[in-house]
Amino acid sequence: MLLNSIIQYSPDKMFDSLKFLGVGMLSIFAVIGVIILITVLLNKIFSGKK
Amino acid sequence: MEFLQSFEFLIEGIKMLFENGGWKYPVMWAIGGLLIFLAIRFDMEPTLLLPMGFGTILVNIPLSGVIGKDGALTTLFNAGIANELFPLILFIGIGAMIDFGPLLSNPKLMIFGAAAQFGIFFTLFVSSFFFKLPEAASIGVIGAADGPTAIVVANELLGPKSNITGAIMVAAYSYMALVPIIQPPVIKALTTKKERLIRMPYSPKSVSKLTKILFPIIITAVAGLVAPESVALVGFLMFGNLIRECGVLNSLSDTAQNVLANLVTIFLGFTIACRMEATEFLRPQTLLILGLGLVAFIFDTAFGVIFAKFLNIFLPRDKKINPMIGAAGISAFPMSGRVVHKMGLKEDPQNFLLMHSIGVNVSGQIASVIAGGLILGTPLFR
Repeated sequence: MLLNSIIQYSPDKMFDSLKFLGVGMLSIFAVIGVIILITVLLNKIFSGKK
Repeated sequence: MEFLQSFEFLIEGIKMLFENGGWKYPVMWAIGGLLIFLAIRFDMEPTLLLPMGFGTILVNIPLSGVIGKDGALTTLFNAGIANELFPLILFIGIGAMIDFGPLLSNPKLMIFGAAAQFGIFFTLFVSSFFFKLPEAASIGVIGAADGPTAIVVANELLGPKSNITGAIMVAAYSYMALVPIIQPPVIKALTTKKERLIRMPYSPKSVSKLTKILFPIIITAVAGLVAPESVALVGFLMFGNLIRECGVLNSLSDTAQNVLANLVTIFLGFTIACRMEATEFLRPQTLLILGLGLVAFIFDTAFGVIFAKFLNIFLPRDKKINPMIGAAGISAFPMSGRVVHKMGLKEDPQNFLLMHSIGVNVSGQIASVIAGGLILGTPLFR
């Protein structure tokens, strides 16, 4: 009650942000996955060059 | 008497201290003093905390001339933070400091950088209970453990005039300084002694110069295509790294790493204090934001460690990962990598985790910038 009078408590957007938690983490893993693949490829292609 | 009244302006400021709400000024001086104390006594991010601390005192002197429409700090704020110039220029310096070598030699480490961004999204979720979504997203990015990213995201989503931007900036930088205090207990709580003793031999593969040159260019393109909003963040960071790796701009690389980074850091820390005026800072929301920032750092660390432990289930006995290195995935470069390395040495003086932890730490830098870009690019937060 006291907390609510000082700080607004509005869990209505909770579902949206929970969904974004999942989507955000998946996106990060996907992008980093692509970067790992590219790095492995770069290492393979240019491994002999100085 | 009239003669004396003409000098009344000399005590205007002192009178304000005893008016309603005047107590806030000395409280802010104490906060500024605390930041200076932490910087000098404990060597905590002194390049940032000291200017921030002094700036806090400066802006909280009643009727201070450094703020207000034509104040020097207001001018600096508009010139460098409101338009995100300072954090982005600082990124050139940070990029020039980063050696992606350990990461390029073992690219699989990058996965920990992704895992350790969990704190951002978890804190965003928790913050959405108390704040509007753009505010919650900006608070979540404190978990990027990367001051420039936090500033850019908060500015873009909330605008520089928002009354919570100051608290977000202070939390982002303060917790970065507190990484050596925040991370060890979380890591210890989630790992057994046996896990902390896992040795990880470092056998670097040679990385060609061409790979080192192409890496920053390709990362910028990939991140830019997926999250166009992250182009400024990734681009400036990678430009700095390209200067370092190209081999023909050594003088510029030195300048970016030292003079440029130091110069911008001085102005950045000093100018951030502009958002620490007592009337805006001393509110319940500030305490809540500081608390949520701590949640972000703790969950970043925890998820990095848990993810490494999860991977260990599938790895053969001789290939196990020391789960502590997962914690280095939070961006705070290079403190987090060093913290993990020191913890490893404390458990076993022959266990050198530095190259692994720095590799993970660097990947956290990339992942945090991409996370910031993803949040900026999501219409939900606009």
